[in-house]
Amino acid sequence: MCLAIPVRIVRIEGETAIGEVNGVEREVSLIMTPEAKVGDYVIVHAGFAIQILDRQAAEETRQLFDRMAQAVEERRRQAGKRTG
Amino acid sequence: MLVNERVKGLCQERGEIRLMEVCGTHTMAISASGIRRAVDPRLKLLSGPGCPVCVTTDAEIDTARRLAERPGLVVVTFGDMIRVPGSHGSLAEAKAEGADIRVVYSPQDGLKMAMAEPEKEFVFLGVGFETTAPTVAATVLAAAERGVRNFSVLTMFKLIPPALEFIASAKKMKIDGFILPGHVSTVIGAKPYEFLVQRFGLPCCITGFEPADILEGILLLLEQMERGPGLAIQYRRSVRPEGNRVAQQLMSGIFEVADAEWRGIGRIRNSGLRLKPDWQNFDARLRFGLRSARSSRPASGCRCGEVLLGLITPSECPLFCRVCTPEAPMGPCMVSSEGACAAYYRYER
Ligand code: SF4
Repeated sequence: MCLAIPVRIVRIEGETAIGEVNGVEREVSLIMTPEAKVGDYVIVHAGFAIQILDRQAAEETRQLFDRMAQAVEERRRQAGKRTG
Repeated sequence: MLVNERVKGLCQERGEIRLMEVCGTHTMAISASGIRRAVDPRLKLLSGPGCPVCVTTDAEIDTARRLAERPGLVVVTFGDMIRVPGSHGSLAEAKAEGADIRVVYSPQDGLKMAMAEPEKEFVFLGVGFETTAPTVAATVLAAAERGVRNFSVLTMFKLIPPALEFIASAKKMKIDGFILPGHVSTVIGAKPYEFLVQRFGLPCCITGFEPADILEGILLLLEQMERGPGLAIQYRRSVRPEGNRVAQQLMSGIFEVADAEWRGIGRIRNSGLRLKPDWQNFDARLRFGLRSARSSRPASGCRCGEVLLGLITPSECPLFCRVCTPEAPMGPCMVSSEGACAAYYRYER
């Protein structure tokens, strides 16, 4: 039930933003993330942004995931060589 | 797999490793992604009490249902709650019998409804953990600012750190580390978990919800088991060490800590929230003179309580699949989309 998803802010009107997820616009309250700007991604739960996504951390995590996937792929290839 | 190599190393000195994924969203993700099956069987990933609907007691559901039966009163709730059985049936059944129960995505929607229909009373079911409580606090604040008098909240919030303290103190559970919830921690930060490391010496990792997040979280926990316990934040893109201060202030401005009853666990001190005295005119219990009924033991033989504590897996419940299915659920762990029994039913049979 604590599901929350990243939403990109398209417009801001006072404490409310219009955010976009997969091409669908929805209202998001920014009362808990007053520093959020247009273009930021916010983590949204039950209609409220509960945090601004840290882009640098997101990018580092993505790179780490890529490296993990590569390592798995590499091992699979080596295992394939050994058995095949 | 990197995880399995570590498990192999660690298991030379111990039989098994027991990590608890506290949050229901983790339970679902671990089942759906196949992680639970892919890891070395000596690494046990146990579900915890982190599904708010699952830990809601029969008595709380019954109270909500009794409220919904009042004429002119609308119960507003998140969708997750609607099919959970109380001792006299679910809210869905009450709705079928004519009660006005409405499902919303945000508590704000409930407030909007109350403003559009001032002749009716609207009660929002305040279910959830620290992730959800600030959203309801913000809504109460908005209701007060707009002078809305026909909106109130039935608080059933639960807090995660006291439940973890309960689990860490109970010896029989033998937990070796916690995969901590990402979105609860987005709000509360890391500090409230420090006691788990300091007092209990338990490895902890605040973890995100993608399968790769979870694998990294598990790796960090296994590393801590080798090198000594700590409190890691894997889900850095959302979690700051201090959490979200505005959300915390909203929560502590409107609510105060109170004892709470957890399904299968019982009463845990200071593990819930209620409205502060200044905000009591938004308290549905006071507004409608509700007495909270005592929870009774589930008569059906449902063992959700043990599932929620990681004492048994859903497959060890004799009713699982045979009597209890998502179509005919016997307990909330099968009803909720994040319940451990529902996760095992869908992905791990
Ligand atoms: S399988 Fe059904 S009866 Fe058994 S613990 Fe889970 S919800 Fe309860």
